[in-house]
Amino acid sequence: MNNDRTADLARRETQSSSATWTGYLRDDGRKGVRNIVLVIYTVECAQQVAHSVAAGEEDVHVIGFPGCYDNQYAIRLILSLARHPNVGAVLAVGLGCEYTRPDKIAEVVAASGRPAGWFYIQNEGGTLKSVAKGKSMVRAMRDQIRRDARRVPMTLADLVLGCECGGSDGTSGLAGNPAVGSLFDLITDAGGTCIFEEIVEMIGLKEVLMSRAAGTQARRELESAYDKAVRYCQRVRQYSISPGNFAGGLTTIEEKSMGAFAKAGSKPIQGVIKVSQAPTRPGLWLMDSVPDDHFVDFGYTNPNDTEGIMDLISGGAQIILFVTGRGSVIGSPIVPLVKITGNSQTYRRMIDDMDYNAGKLLSGEITLQGAAEELLDLVVRIASGEPSKPEALGHREYFLMYKHQDTPSLDQGCRV
Amino acid sequence: MITCFRINRLDNVATMLYDVVTGGIDVRVLGESTEGMKALEPIKLGHKIALIDIPEGSQIIKFGVAIGCATCRIRAGEWVHLHNCASGFDERSQTLDVETGASTDVSYE
Repeated sequence: MNNDRTADLARRETQSSSATWTGYLRDDGRKGVRNIVLVIYTVECAQQVAHSVAAGEEDVHVIGFPGCYDNQYAIRLILSLARHPNVGAVLAVGLGCEYTRPDKIAEVVAASGRPAGWFYIQNEGGTLKSVAKGKSMVRAMRDQIRRDARRVPMTLADLVLGCECGGSDGTSGLAGNPAVGSLFDLITDAGGTCIFEEIVEMIGLKEVLMSRAAGTQARRELESAYDKAVRYCQRVRQYSISPGNFAGGLTTIEEKSMGAFAKAGSKPIQGVIKVSQAPTRPGLWLMDSVPDDHFVDFGYTNPNDTEGIMDLISGGAQIILFVTGRGSVIGSPIVPLVKITGNSQTYRRMIDDMDYNAGKLLSGEITLQGAAEELLDLVVRIASGEPSKPEALGHREYFLMYKHQDTPSLDQGCRV
Repeated sequence: MITCFRINRLDNVATMLYDVVTGGIDVRVLGESTEGMKALEPIKLGHKIALIDIPEGSQIIKFGVAIGCATCRIRAGEWVHLHNCASGFDERSQTLDVETGASTDVSYE
């Protein structure tokens, strides 16, 4: 490498790690990179109305919980998403029979300093009247949050990134996940926060995982969470590896685990958080989304990629990096999802859906450090408002489910 | 030139960076190696090739860690996958279709 190029790289690195852009300040001190109205339905019966309210409306996203019976885990998840830093206002839509209460959701959101509203479809007189009322409410709230937005400078220290992988193949552990791991290193070095999850994709890596603990407490949390994940997989006799993974060259869960763990970079892990918990300080964190032991036969941990993405958003991630070797087309509500593939064939075949080709690492066109810097530039552009590919395509998949994570003891949970 | 990538110097398998369409062709090993070898059978991009002879019951090493165990003798240059490598955890994977990964243990009747 000649001196000019070295100097150029050094300059770019300095520029990237001191990047600033304008975000949205919330009352709790957190900052968002988007300013959206979130419509939340509280039972499957209200799903169609909620989507009709949001249809065609710019910056209005939808999530919802399908069950009629509520669940403490699901309520915590809904409330953490409703008060996410990218969310400016909330409309909760219920049918009128269900346990989950849209009025309480609106109350909690209003207490967080955000405009909030709610109604029951039955009280409004059915579909058409509810959609008309909902549209007028979300438009008014959108005008208000745009008008009253507190625009503030953001730096990498304000950033919380989440990473998930899905549709993995043999390139994911070679290129896509290591590229994200190097980006995570850059972000945490700059004082930012990174969250990874999928602990059921760390099966076989107990020693590797524990050797990355930042301290004694983190080590105990990691061991407890790992042991629970193994018990979970043994009990349900299902490991987090799919037909597409096998077809893509991954032979065992241990192999997939090592590839998946590459996205955690090389920095110490500060500790384990559960779904709906935000990290308490900057650095690298592992999120545990496995159900607690005595409810292990009730529900699944990550039945699909979207469920895991919702978990990461609930922890406060403002941008999600999604690594896919075989090519997934999903996006997410609330936060931009950035699509990274380590497979150049997939990148070319699904170019409309892919934001970044980490396959350049495998062809030798770029170094790992270079890929991390390119990804950082991309993340900063997207944090500044440039839409990611899934965001521009309108992908807003979501998945909220029943689960139990209510047992805060070392034996049965991971919080110590 | 068809290439594969060896991640860790302890690894006895490497990941194909291109498809090997027919057996008997030369493959260059990149990463923690500079050697060449012959692929003995078709191996798709992302799949693993054995770098050395691996006796039955030995560990398959990738990323420097054991990712499974050889269920039969594997010769250098052969494809390493579900038909000759078993997880130490996941029993179900041994029942999947070796080409597609499709499940064979759930009824659709």
